[in-house]
Amino acid sequence: MLMTERERMAAEIRALAGQLGHDRTSLVPILLEIKRKYHRIDSYAMQVIGDLLGIHPVEVHSVVSFYAFLGDRAQGRFVIRLCRTLPCDMQGKDRVMRQLENDLGIRFGETTADGSFTLEWANCMGMCDQGPALLVNDRIYTRVTPETVHDILGECRRVFGVHAAESKEVRFA
Amino acid sequence: MNAIPTYAAQTPEAGLRAALKSDRPDIISTISASGLKGRGGAGFPTAVKWNFAAAAQAARKFVICNADEGEPGTFKDRVILMEHPDLVFEGMTIAGKAVGAREGILFLRGEYAYLRGGLEAALARRRERNLLGPGILGSPLTFDIRIFMGAGAYICGEETALIECLEGFRGEPRNRPPFPVNTGFLGFPSVVNNVETLAWAACILANGAPWFRAFGTEKSTGRKIFSVSGDCRRPGVFEFPLGLTVAQLLAEVGGEDAKAVQIGGAAGQCVPAKEFGRTIAFEDIPTGGSVIVFGPRRDMLDVLRNFLEFFVDESCGQCTPCRVGNPKLLEGVRQLQAGTCSMAYLKELCALGETLQLASKCGLGQSSPNAFLSVVENFREEIMGRMAAHA
Repeated sequence: MLMTERERMAAEIRALAGQLGHDRTSLVPILLEIKRKYHRIDSYAMQVIGDLLGIHPVEVHSVVSFYAFLGDRAQGRFVIRLCRTLPCDMQGKDRVMRQLENDLGIRFGETTADGSFTLEWANCMGMCDQGPALLVNDRIYTRVTPETVHDILGECRRVFGVHAAESKEVRFA
Repeated sequence: MNAIPTYAAQTPEAGLRAALKSDRPDIISTISASGLKGRGGAGFPTAVKWNFAAAAQAARKFVICNADEGEPGTFKDRVILMEHPDLVFEGMTIAGKAVGAREGILFLRGEYAYLRGGLEAALARRRERNLLGPGILGSPLTFDIRIFMGAGAYICGEETALIECLEGFRGEPRNRPPFPVNTGFLGFPSVVNNVETLAWAACILANGAPWFRAFGTEKSTGRKIFSVSGDCRRPGVFEFPLGLTVAQLLAEVGGEDAKAVQIGGAAGQCVPAKEFGRTIAFEDIPTGGSVIVFGPRRDMLDVLRNFLEFFVDESCGQCTPCRVGNPKLLEGVRQLQAGTCSMAYLKELCALGETLQLASKCGLGQSSPNAFLSVVENFREEIMGRMAAHA
């Protein structure tokens, strides 16, 4: 049977709810997993989740819009979160910011046109003695300099090459 | 090499074995005798918390480890979870026995997702060795721990907001009372303790209350793990007895020339050089462990602007003083940087800061003006009458 991406996602949400339980305590774990996999939580996903957990989709949206790692905006495959809190600021996060923006051609809060990178700010991520620090998805990088930004992005692009096949399968299935 | 010598020297599971041999009230009285206070910053006596939860009658109880370490400048919980996860899980299991809980939850902040693999592996090892699960080490105690990932919200470090997040709601703090020890996760009695508190609880059970009291002051017993960053030669994680002076701490970390030190993170106090003789302890300068050193050339208005941007971003928006007050303070800092703030307006801002301290619903808004008020009081000469070029 051919599945559209929507149906596939709905099936995945049902499987997650089956695994984690159909009550509201499963809400944040389900949302994190959907965000990780699909890089966004759209209104359709919120509707499906609301139906499964027996809550209004507006309730789902209220939670999605509250947390920094959720949110209903589409993000790139790699979300780069640069720490902007004081210790990282004192260690030169502004220069890293400028280099990230220059190398990707986007500003903070934006996503590259090919959907691979999003630049976001993060508040203190607990690497204050080794700043400036940034997260690429779940991976932490410390003592980042404007020069190492290029290597970090290169590493992501190599990983992206592998995952590109998977995303094609989703699109054409 | 090891940043936390006391933890590294612990005999694994000695605390748990001692707890399994003791009665529940004895465990709590040992913790009580040690004088252990919450290591997350609030300094609430751990034994009192456990006692309330132990006394509550309920079908289910929970032990929740608060690993939502988000206070600017704090990273000791990350190091503890990386290097001594078993000590934390041991502490949770002891707490489980003490209060009569069978379920433990480690609330891990979203930013620490990379720690999860190692922590799950540590939990699996403990289950294999019968240190978790049914009938721990042949005793009647049943206890297990699961990990819950946070989703990026500083406010979830506040215990009732953390519980809201666990329950699938926005992380908006609740009114207290009722306290989580009576009405916590899903309405059941829940003990919420910081990572470091639980690790110390395990050490105390292993070595006894007098061992813990040998360090620290009368009101702030024991040792504490500090996270040091900023303008110093040796940033990192340190273990010090409570009650040391700011000057002693600076000498240890190589920051003697500091003009000020922020203790307790953005929500803490900014201590100027003339007060470096004060002690770091719950009765003087309380801290969750964050120490940010400011060197002689650091601009205190940049510091304030960064902290206030943080609070504006992280305020949950539930109560008006915090939601509206923090942006006004931030605007005031920008005016000071631009050199367009009158003394009369600065006084108004200070009054607003005091209003935030009094009228905000939770600790975030109550403490967010601390740094502002302290800098205005201690660095007036530096911040007034700026030329626009400084901005």
